[in-house]
Amino acid sequence: MSQLPNGWEMVVGLEVHTELLTKSKLFCGCENHFGSEPNSNVCPVCLGLPGSLPVLNHEAVELGMRIGMALHCTIAPSTFHRKNYFYPDQSKDYQISQYDLPLNSGGYLDLPDGSRVGIERAHMEEDTGKTTHMGGSGRLAGAERSLVDYNRCGVPLVEIVSAPDIRSAAQARAYAAELRGILIATGASDGRMEEGSMRIDANVSVRKTGEPFGTRCEIKNLNSLRSLQRAIDYEALRQIDILEEGGRIRQETRHWDETAGETSTLRVKEDAEDYRYFRDPDLVDLAPSQEWQDAVRAALPAMPAERRAAVAAMVASPTSAQLDAIEVVVDLGLERFIHETVAQGGDAALAISRVANELASNVDQAQHLNVSAFVATVKMEQSGALSATQAKEILGVLMESGGDPVAIAAAKGYEQMSSDSLGAIVEELITANPDEWGRYRDGDDKLAGFFTGLVMKATQGKANGKAVVAELQARR
Amino acid sequence: MTTAVSIAHDVATGATTASAALESSLATIAERNGEINAFLYVDTDRARAMAASVDERIAAGETVGPLAGVPIAIKDNMCQIDVPTTCSSKILEGWRPPYNATVIDRLVAAGAIPVGKTNLDEFAMGSSTENSAFGATRNPLDVSRVPGGSSGGSAAAVAANMTPVSLGSDTGGSIRQPAALCGLVGLKPTYGLVSRYGLIAFASSLDQIGPFTTTVADTALLMEVMSGHDPMDSTSLPEPAPSLLAHVNEGVAGKRIGLVKELYEGSDAEVLESVRRAAETLREAGATIVELSMPELSLGLSAYYLIAPAEASSNLARFDGVRFGNRVNAPDVTAMMEATRTAGFGPEVKRRIMLGTYALSAGYFDAYYGQALKVRTLTIAAFQKAYAEVDLILGATTPGVAFPFGSKTKDPMAMYLNDVFTIPSNLAGDPAISVPFGTGEANLPIGVQLLGPGRSERALLAAARVLEIADGRA
Amino acid sequence: MSDSTSPLRRDDVAKVARLARLILTDEELDLFTVQLGQVLEHANDMNALNLADVAPTAHPYGLTNVMRDDIITPSLAPESFLSQAPDVQDGRFAVPRILGEAP
Repeated sequence: MSQLPNGWEMVVGLEVHTELLTKSKLFCGCENHFGSEPNSNVCPVCLGLPGSLPVLNHEAVELGMRIGMALHCTIAPSTFHRKNYFYPDQSKDYQISQYDLPLNSGGYLDLPDGSRVGIERAHMEEDTGKTTHMGGSGRLAGAERSLVDYNRCGVPLVEIVSAPDIRSAAQARAYAAELRGILIATGASDGRMEEGSMRIDANVSVRKTGEPFGTRCEIKNLNSLRSLQRAIDYEALRQIDILEEGGRIRQETRHWDETAGETSTLRVKEDAEDYRYFRDPDLVDLAPSQEWQDAVRAALPAMPAERRAAVAAMVASPTSAQLDAIEVVVDLGLERFIHETVAQGGDAALAISRVANELASNVDQAQHLNVSAFVATVKMEQSGALSATQAKEILGVLMESGGDPVAIAAAKGYEQMSSDSLGAIVEELITANPDEWGRYRDGDDKLAGFFTGLVMKATQGKANGKAVVAELQARR
Repeated sequence: MTTAVSIAHDVATGATTASAALESSLATIAERNGEINAFLYVDTDRARAMAASVDERIAAGETVGPLAGVPIAIKDNMCQIDVPTTCSSKILEGWRPPYNATVIDRLVAAGAIPVGKTNLDEFAMGSSTENSAFGATRNPLDVSRVPGGSSGGSAAAVAANMTPVSLGSDTGGSIRQPAALCGLVGLKPTYGLVSRYGLIAFASSLDQIGPFTTTVADTALLMEVMSGHDPMDSTSLPEPAPSLLAHVNEGVAGKRIGLVKELYEGSDAEVLESVRRAAETLREAGATIVELSMPELSLGLSAYYLIAPAEASSNLARFDGVRFGNRVNAPDVTAMMEATRTAGFGPEVKRRIMLGTYALSAGYFDAYYGQALKVRTLTIAAFQKAYAEVDLILGATTPGVAFPFGSKTKDPMAMYLNDVFTIPSNLAGDPAISVPFGTGEANLPIGVQLLGPGRSERALLAAARVLEIADGRA
Repeated sequence: MSDSTSPLRRDDVAKVARLARLILTDEELDLFTVQLGQVLEHANDMNALNLADVAPTAHPYGLTNVMRDDIITPSLAPESFLSQAPDVQDGRFAVPRILGEAP
């Protein structure tokens, strides 16, 4: 799995923070909304005014449990702790989080490649406000002053901490992608890394296989799955370079620069910040009843892995290309097209191909595509009434403006070619290409493709590929 | 001395008006506050508008609340919209909260007239009100002496007749001790009975708001208005306000009352005498007095002086000059926070923040804060064991009468020892009340303390009433 | 002023002051080292106890599971608190330059 030189292995753990899709904040009734006027969704509680007190949002706990269950965690009685530190975006200068007794712990996530990554915990905590830096380049360094908006302060977060089980950047990316799919499937999150509703930090260290874990660095500012993968690869090599020259890795937080393609020091962790965690005396313990947990579990929607498996089960011995296509289909939430096709006696493999290619090219349009119209189109292609090219055309029209596939086919003149006219064209081409015909007759099956191509050209794509092959074989 | 009960009655029956009651209060304040310094802020215009509004509603025949027309003073650590709220600290000087504490809303809904904000030890940290950034408050009964703390201003306001009742807060004795030193009835309710929403927190797991009054009946009336579940406070008990006023005369016949030696030993001779006489009074009224010892209580002081500062160090972190309060500028935000807090907090507040930060810090947590929380469990268990044998407990409130200014300020430990009889109830979360009973040196009042298990306010007030009658005051 | 008998060392106190965002003078550092030391000495009677089997108290009456419904309630009008803020720009709270990233 690792492509690192000289027996080196990378060890990676990921910390993912996701905002929850509640209407109101974690500890107060202010609206949980991205993009409002600054400081228009704040109250004494989330502004941290003296005398204010937190009250826990029931829905946030429900979503927190859904995430835990989807990740096969144990749900246990938990407490809220204060994490004390001074920072302008933290309105109370402490964050209400969970410490030694988190809501969810001890789970795992299975990746499509069959590997399993442990989940240490998935706990609840509140988000901070947002700072804008004035002067300088807009980044923190070089700014003269900063402006704080507390709209985001108090928004509910779940922090998901993986075990350091990840051994490659590609695996890290797969983990992040799968986790994102799960978070969206639970309804707890919208997984929008670009908007910051899902944030990933990577902890990376290297070692020679079999040796104890090395010193790790934390990498921040990973705004896409691609950045995540690039940054981890870069960081592993950076650390290997240092160690091979006899140096030591300094434990620190590093910032990923997407443009420069490198990590740089943000903060050295020599003096570990003392957060003085203690149980928040303004909140009481949380122990979701067995009844509540059972209800959440019963209502948990199917997760991406389950949904992929359901689609894959409809294809005998799916190829890896088909499995990739199924991943795309489920990731986009479009598997209903395949299920309906199969339910109506259509071909799963064909449906998968059309969804993963044609529908995936415009997901918004695909979401509004009439399922029956899709099924009808696929079945027409399957029966030979439409060629592949024609079927794709029709799907394009349906996605853009809807309609009835039969009518569209008629309007475009996509009639079924009679076997007589097809046969005549095949005869012409056989006559025009005697050498190739000779070789095909002698057993070179590959030339079926040669002739099919010519037929397609001659018929402007109207011929049905299978019918062409049948004609060739009949004359062999 | 007029009481809340009598003013409410007279206003409701038309014998007087809310405006008249208020003007009387304002006149006394004008006359005496210069010397006493009970009030930091008198909210004259707003109070007059509220009194006028009450009078209008009564004239129009509308129903008004059970406290209609009663002037009340509010300790300046409770948020009242648009009224300067300082916690007696420079760091909050000039700050006007944009919201009301729940208790304020409930009092106002009941028709009470908040007259102004009273002095306290800065951020409620102290036992004499000498730690205020805006000058000490004088004990109206002897102006060379302290009124107690931290709610000294609220106690003095009532003792000086400025208002019939006032609100204080009690974290380690800050209602009961000033009540004892000023000759008032002071109740610390069951933890969670009165909402903390809008009370500027000192130690979240110990703080409770409670009333200063001159009669047990007034305490009952105020508690009925203020207490009961508040959805804005997660630690608030789930039940509604208890019925108390109707039961204040039910006496103590058949009750078993424990006389706990750890709650009076070491007191001045006159205090011991008051406690002894109080026990005698209760026995004559039909209670059985049982002598008890609760050795676990002696650990309470240490536990308290770790738990309270620890929680306070976190609660006071928000005073960083970013969003509210008085900022001291500096080139970077960390320096600004340091400069702001250093200039804004007084020495006692800094001392407790330092102590609390240390008790929570890595490497020391288990030895100090963690251990203190376990001592808390022992304290609760000790009370549970005691209440298996008795219904209520009797003790002293303070070891002595009001002390002269400056007599305990040199040594913080000496000041902390004032709280030894009151702290256990805060640790346990149980209610306790101080009732005036007898006098001591220089004719200064002595308070005796009654303690009860959680939610026993009704029995506590009834026992307090027995003592009140015997003391000849009501 | 010797603090050799105090359970607290002067540089512990200095570290704590930084954590608490307080600037102490040398005199205050000395004084606090002694005074805090006294409180902690007093706490030694607690530390002598073996409380390994005692659970810390969370809420004295064992309240649990206090929650609110996920309903939006009115926020504060920005003017009500911005008018009280030390430095405001563009509807946001202004602070002098921040030197480090958030933890």
